[in-house]
Amino acid sequence: MTTLDHASPDTTSQTRTVTLRYFAWVREKVGTSEEAIEIPTNLETVAQLIDWLKQRGENYSAAFERAEVIRTALDQTHAGPQSSIADADEIAFFPPVTGG
Amino acid sequence: MAVRVQQENFDIGAEIAALTNSRTDIGAVVTFTGTVRGSAGGAPITTMTLEHYPGMTEAELGRVEAEALERWPLSGTLIVHRVGELNPGDNIVLVITASAHRHAAFEAAEFLMDYLKSRAPFWKKEARPDGAADWVDARETDTVALERWSK
Repeated sequence: MTTLDHASPDTTSQTRTVTLRYFAWVREKVGTSEEAIEIPTNLETVAQLIDWLKQRGENYSAAFERAEVIRTALDQTHAGPQSSIADADEIAFFPPVTGG
Repeated sequence: MAVRVQQENFDIGAEIAALTNSRTDIGAVVTFTGTVRGSAGGAPITTMTLEHYPGMTEAELGRVEAEALERWPLSGTLIVHRVGELNPGDNIVLVITASAHRHAAFEAAEFLMDYLKSRAPFWKKEARPDGAADWVDARETDTVALERWSK
């Protein structure tokens, strides 16, 4: 397995489309609730996707600045930083939940 | 066995009646109702707005309910959670558990609330009288509450 320390959209040829969804303050910082974007197919984990997103702009780097507090769901199921995103079509990012 | 996410208020008595309707196998019904506090950290709040993740919320509540049904002999369960803008004093969440005996109903109700608070994708935002609003931080005590249920 290759470690992607500096994955960049410019150096990657193969991409696929995923739906990204953001909630609560993650949504406010990114500036949108949902977007369909092309991501490099060599991104393997949630953590790698977050690192890649942080390079897309200041709004993303602000939203994911404290990546350790961000929670993720893959196709509407809770996931962790090392979860594989290979089969996910809908990837959601949000703060720890505060319902109830 | 049902989960609902809705903007409108719920009627606790009507929900209990619907769940226990003409059944004679139920000997215990426990309800928990969560309501909006009028202050946060000693400062007053004017409204609380609940955001959620449509689709995942229902799926996650369903998983939590299925887990409870696996652990306790329950005759019926209901989870209702409100979303949108709420005022202090308003109902937020209702959990009902019904069983032949009280222990299962009490325990399952606590379990459902502990799991819901740490897993269901809801987020609260509190507005203050000056117009500013803050997202509520997750509480460490909620995570601790969950740990006691680990098998």
